[in-house]
Amino acid sequence: MSHDLSIVLQHYTDFLFGLGNTLWLSAATLIVGSLLGCVVAGLLLSPARIVQRTTSILVDGLRCVPFLLLVYLIYYGLPQLGIRFDRWTAGLSALIIYHTAYFGEIIRGAWLNVSRDQVEAGRAFGYSGLLLFRRIILPQLFFSSAPLIGNQSIYIMKDTAFLMIITIPELTFAAASIQSTYFVPFASFLAAVLLYWIVTLAIERGVHRIELAAELRRA
Amino acid sequence: MCILGPSGSGKSTLLRCINFLEAPDEGEVFLRGERVGFKDAVPQKERDLGSTRARMGMVFQHFNLWPHLTVLGNVIESPVHVLRRPRADSLEKAKGLLAMVGVADKMHVYPHTLSGGQKQRVAIARALAMEPEVLLFDEPTSALDPEIVGEVLAVMRKLVNDGRTMIVVTHEMAFARDAGDTIVFMDAGAVVETAPPEEFFTRPRTERAQQFLQRYMR
Repeated sequence: MSHDLSIVLQHYTDFLFGLGNTLWLSAATLIVGSLLGCVVAGLLLSPARIVQRTTSILVDGLRCVPFLLLVYLIYYGLPQLGIRFDRWTAGLSALIIYHTAYFGEIIRGAWLNVSRDQVEAGRAFGYSGLLLFRRIILPQLFFSSAPLIGNQSIYIMKDTAFLMIITIPELTFAAASIQSTYFVPFASFLAAVLLYWIVTLAIERGVHRIELAAELRRA
Repeated sequence: MCILGPSGSGKSTLLRCINFLEAPDEGEVFLRGERVGFKDAVPQKERDLGSTRARMGMVFQHFNLWPHLTVLGNVIESPVHVLRRPRADSLEKAKGLLAMVGVADKMHVYPHTLSGGQKQRVAIARALAMEPEVLLFDEPTSALDPEIVGEVLAVMRKLVNDGRTMIVVTHEMAFARDAGDTIVFMDAGAVVETAPPEEFFTRPRTERAQQFLQRYMR
């Protein structure tokens, strides 16, 4: 086993390269997904029934499908219809599309939870439009959605592992290729697990800090 | 001015029509001769209503303090961001107001730690910080424990004595009788009687006012 571990350690650059890809794919998905999620939330809250219904069906549809299936659909399925993406575009799009659906629901939930009383106080004091949103509504949205967005970030990171199927060199791919080249399965995958844990811990720490700040203000 | 009446008579709605939190179907509101809510007979949008609303301070039944800001933060928030006053001036003024309402020691805490009476006094300071021309009170003591009602009414009485223009929707009859200069009595969505307190409480003219006083004055 120690021989296996030394092989794994020798190839630490492969793991770090894989981790790097995992991280930037996750970050990109988080940023773009949450921004698009705001748009989706807006559609889900639309007073126009058709808009709201259609968006709702699409969002639910996405959430009921395994992520891997979406990756296959985009990377292998679409070329049959004439749309061909390279693996990176396919992988990142799949991540973004899939998680935008979740972010849409999260943000919609947070929006509905914003206290009407406080918004009304804002209006009574002369706030409107962007200022009302930025100073009065956004802080509440932030505190109530932060834990859920933190959780979603962890799911995003876990979903990046599926992209190894379309040969994207993220962390799980790195672990899998090291193990198949040198026949060191346990050590290799354990190394990957530890790296995933470290990132997850960092995310959870960040979320915990925000939750503490929320507690301080809320009771 | 105190607006009195049974529950559901439309008192709060009337008050909220003054700063156009509710848009009236008919009628006009004037602030120092300018029509509220309309510019050249065209209804104003939220953005433009803001500047008029900022001239009217409002105190709500459930305080409606902003939880993500400290007590001091709540009081300087609108002067700094809506009126665009310098932060240092607003801070000084805010500290003075908080001292006046008696919660200076709670400046740096978050509102959820305060009692109802303290929250409402902060809310009053918050409204005063805007240097409003009119103060609107929507049942300011209705959500408070009876022992605490007094401390808030005391602050309100101080404001009355300072000569502030106040419109108060309330169930506190004693306050209305002692501190008010006009009583507006409403029932079932309409103003039924308007009179000075001495007249209203001793010689109500309308039957509904008489019924109301019989029931509520024990």
